[in-house]
Amino acid sequence: MKGVFILAKAVAEEKNKLNVRKMIEEKKNSASLGNFTEKFIPGTLFAIAAISVLTTIGIVVTLLSETIMFFREVPFLDFFTGTKLKPLGEDAVFGVLPLLTGTIISSAIAMLVAIPIGVMTAVFLSEYASEKLRRTVKPLLEILAGIPTIVYGFFAFTFVTPLLRSIIPGLEPTNILSPGIVMGIMIIPMVASLSEDAMSAVPNSMREGALALGATKLEVAWKVVVPAAISGIIASFVLGISRAIGETMIVTIASGSSKNFTFDITQSMQTMTAYIVEVTGGEAAAGTTLYYSLYAVAMTLFVFTLIMNLVAQYISRKFREEY
Amino acid sequence: MKYVDAQQVQKKMASRLLANNVAKGLFLLATLFGLVVLVILIYRVVAQSIGWLDADFLMNKLSTAPERAGIMGAIMGTLWLMLVVAPVTMILGVGTAIYLEEYAKKGKLQSFIQTNISNLAGVPSVVFGILGLTVFVRALDLGSVVLAGGLTMALLVLPVVVVASQEAIRAVPQFLREASYGMGATKWQTIKNVVLPASIPGILTGVILALSRAIGETAPLVVIGIPALLIPLPEGILDRFTILPVQIYYWTIDSALVAEYANLAAATIVVLLIVLFLMNSIAIIIRNKFQKRY
Repeated sequence: MKGVFILAKAVAEEKNKLNVRKMIEEKKNSASLGNFTEKFIPGTLFAIAAISVLTTIGIVVTLLSETIMFFREVPFLDFFTGTKLKPLGEDAVFGVLPLLTGTIISSAIAMLVAIPIGVMTAVFLSEYASEKLRRTVKPLLEILAGIPTIVYGFFAFTFVTPLLRSIIPGLEPTNILSPGIVMGIMIIPMVASLSEDAMSAVPNSMREGALALGATKLEVAWKVVVPAAISGIIASFVLGISRAIGETMIVTIASGSSKNFTFDITQSMQTMTAYIVEVTGGEAAAGTTLYYSLYAVAMTLFVFTLIMNLVAQYISRKFREEY
Repeated sequence: MKYVDAQQVQKKMASRLLANNVAKGLFLLATLFGLVVLVILIYRVVAQSIGWLDADFLMNKLSTAPERAGIMGAIMGTLWLMLVVAPVTMILGVGTAIYLEEYAKKGKLQSFIQTNISNLAGVPSVVFGILGLTVFVRALDLGSVVLAGGLTMALLVLPVVVVASQEAIRAVPQFLREASYGMGATKWQTIKNVVLPASIPGILTGVILALSRAIGETAPLVVIGIPALLIPLPEGILDRFTILPVQIYYWTIDSALVAEYANLAAATIVVLLIVLFLMNSIAIIIRNKFQKRY
């Protein structure tokens, strides 16, 4: 009786035993869907990854094709050497120099604010501040970096301009100075954070070496840390310039739309970005010279910022000091 | 023979220490400058919005009369826009990141796509606006609707999601993948069941940061042609719309004509900043709470 029971149990166990090899075989045969997915997925993902490349191609092709149309109507040299920009009316003239000076001057003002303050902030955070202080200040600066540019535009227009006008009597209600300064404030966190990263990457042994020779903290920072981190610091400047050139809303709001060719920072000037906003906002009819000028200006802007970004990448790769 | 002139050193020491202290003060002031501006900016905006920011302001539709104007339309427009941007940018961003990290062979193609993405991140947003205007609004003839704006915005913030997702995927340790392969899982099964679940906090953080960038962007949407006119509340992705930053823009430039518009702009800014603050807080909480360290 007992023997039969054991036998029955053994048979049952044999039945329940997993035959792994057999299961794998079965699975392999039935998993045609799985195999299909396995082959299908890399292609799909590649197609998705290609969309970012397509975006770049899309930008270049749209800008280029319409820019070529523009240069059929306006000679290349006239565009880049013309000091007069009058896009509307019968006697429309398209010279980009007023927009270029507006862009360059506003970016220069911004960098005059952002570079010294940004670098000094970076030196303070990296060399002087305690770990605790650094951990409080850095997120606060990140808030400054995260504020939308439209808010800075509002700030420039309703606070900084009236403030500056009470100091500088000749300042126009819309001028290039105020948005330039506010753009600089917007870029401070970027310069500070990237420069601080570069300085923090300088090994402590170099600081300690200098300190042991009797250097003060300032001498360590200025003669050891900053030179060692210079590639990262300069790359942050270049990225800052690129950001300033491409910035749109602050200058659109606070600098008005005067297309005068001038170097007077108390006056209204238009930047390339602000011109794009103005022309598209006016719903320029497709096919007109005005419409094509939009693309020519955007192309100029795109090339400028692209060069700046490539320069920044080149600097930080080429001149990096490895320790 | 004396190498160091102790007296000379003593004499110079005082001025060197002074320079150090002066510089320290200067650096501290520079650091405080940014923070002071932040405080002034927030104080100004909040002060100007007091008396204007109430339930009616949130619930009312746009109006030319300042006391009756509200931002319901802009809030709905922003929500609809995010409904397009979030899935599109997430699928594109995470897909690109998986391809680059898991499938692409290290080589020219991979580094080309990578360089392309970092250059795309540096393209001014207004240029994306022109791309959207040309491709989505005009060539595909969508018009200035939520879908066109959302696709434009999704491409604009794509690099943010790609980079964040790449970092999150790269942080998943190799031994987890190997364990999964060792159990007989295929590559896609490993990615789907092991890599993605482990990297989802980092990916979500990136997506939220990208969305908060998209919520604050103005220029591309002004370029694709969001009107300053009174338009009905959007009810789908093929409706015309307006969003919070664009509303701020039009009220700010019109404040030269009607002074109260500046208050409306300030009140809208407060709403926008609160939304951004909440989104960033959620991103930080996700990053700190759910990010596993291996």
